[in-house]
Amino acid sequence: MDDRVARYGYQARAGVNAAGPLPIAVRDLTKIYGAVTAVDRISFTLQPATTVALLGGNGAGKTTTIAMLLGLVVPTSGEVRVFGADMSRNRGAVAHRLNFQSPYVDLPMRLTVRQNLTVYAELYGVANVAERIAYIAEDLQIAALLDRPTGKLSAGQKTRVGLAKALLNAPELLLLDEPTASLDPDTADWIRHKLKQHAERRGATLLFASHNMAEVERLAHRVILLHQGRIIEDGTPQSLIATYGRDTLEEVFLDVVRGRAQQAQGSAEPSAAAELKAS
Amino acid sequence: MNLSQACAAGAEPILLAPTGIGASFRRMAALVKRYVYLLRSSGVRIIELIYWPFLQMLTWGFLQKYLADTTSTLAQGAGVLIGAVLLWDILFRSKIGFSTTFIEEMWSRNLGNLLISPLRPLELIAALSAWSIIRLAVGMIPVAFAAYLFFGFNLLGLGLPLVAFFAVLVLTSWSLGLIAAGVILRYGLGAEELAWSLAFLLLPLCCVYYPVSVLPDWLQPVALALPPTHVFEGMRSILLHNIFDVRDLWWAMGLNAIYLVAGYATFRWFLASARVNGTLVQLGE
Repeated sequence: MDDRVARYGYQARAGVNAAGPLPIAVRDLTKIYGAVTAVDRISFTLQPATTVALLGGNGAGKTTTIAMLLGLVVPTSGEVRVFGADMSRNRGAVAHRLNFQSPYVDLPMRLTVRQNLTVYAELYGVANVAERIAYIAEDLQIAALLDRPTGKLSAGQKTRVGLAKALLNAPELLLLDEPTASLDPDTADWIRHKLKQHAERRGATLLFASHNMAEVERLAHRVILLHQGRIIEDGTPQSLIATYGRDTLEEVFLDVVRGRAQQAQGSAEPSAAAELKAS
Repeated sequence: MNLSQACAAGAEPILLAPTGIGASFRRMAALVKRYVYLLRSSGVRIIELIYWPFLQMLTWGFLQKYLADTTSTLAQGAGVLIGAVLLWDILFRSKIGFSTTFIEEMWSRNLGNLLISPLRPLELIAALSAWSIIRLAVGMIPVAFAAYLFFGFNLLGLGLPLVAFFAVLVLTSWSLGLIAAGVILRYGLGAEELAWSLAFLLLPLCCVYYPVSVLPDWLQPVALALPPTHVFEGMRSILLHNIFDVRDLWWAMGLNAIYLVAGYATFRWFLASARVNGTLVQLGE
């Protein structure tokens, strides 16, 4: 029997209704490591075809949240559902529909770029491996790198190769942890363009953690601001800037990480902006 | 197909069904392919696979030759020591092949990518197991051939029992490999030493170079509870007395089944524990 099937053909068999469940639904998610509460009862959902930024200072809980969404970390309590699948118990049902890129996770250094992409294309069940790699290599301008060892590439080239790996299966949900960390402005801008292009072409949902406010303003439809494991704000970049009475998202971020948002939290929401303006 | 046609054909990935036996085999094959690429990338790695077993074989081969010239009993059982070292190397190299390949994923900070991919833990283990046999073949076949050339010891002379010996030793090595991989997953590369040394725990107990009867009475049941002990006893029985007791092998296989289940359960327990403790996120960092 030919097991080549349409993208959505097998999802019903896997027990996941492609049309129904949201890409991400998180409810009362908590992660406690010993005495440290890394993530504290957060709840949010992501609609299909939206790009959402997770913002927060170091230790705010961004990476832990993404790790729980990927099934790498089990929540202490609460629930993570990706396309309706409980990621603590049934990750395998949806793993082929998502992908992940982070500068903190590498591809094997000794393998060439082509070898790495071939292995991952096969792991993700891509049937037209050679053609898919050729297409992605052209699209991400890594064709000249395909036969070079991955370990010999520059940081920018590695990021592009990591992105190529993350796009091999044309994921419906793409999770990214600081996708442009340590890249020069030109390369970072190019990567952002490619991410946006993928989201628009595929109707994909993107969730990314970032410290780069310009990046967030450019890419994200919505920002979830985390501080000490809790969601402090959740809205569009423009609405947050307006709420805090600031000129840029960076200023809003500084308000949050320096604790001024906690003051604002204590008061009623409509007065938060006024209080911050006064400060 | 030219480049532009290939690109056009690759604009959309054709995705295969992610579930079922076929999908599992494809993912295992993909991972084994990754290890083949890795081995091919470095000639030193291939030489290393042969180097240590070859040195071991030479050392014990010369010792055997010396003892055979001076002791009549050992002369009668020519090949006992060299046979022991070759069989021990099957166990040791297979275990190392399993563990170091797993550690390699951590060294290269690639495990995170694998664990979020559609690859299932059982498929990862099956791929590591298959690869440990391939590595073993690459390392041991030339060394077994060299043992015949240098000392006239024919490993194949053990006959059909050799296949059973091989199976028992490899299965035991996988049990040990699973435990070592689980511990490293949970405690990180700081526990790497365990991966190297775990098999040596068995060395004095599974009676590689001497019969079980040499051990104190209270230790003999412990030795007999280890599958490899039956292999080494069986090998000596064949080479010294030309007798092969198949019941011993069934006993060893039964023990192996228990150890494999226990090894897999231990690995899954450590994996679950690593997911709870968040150590998978810090891997390689």
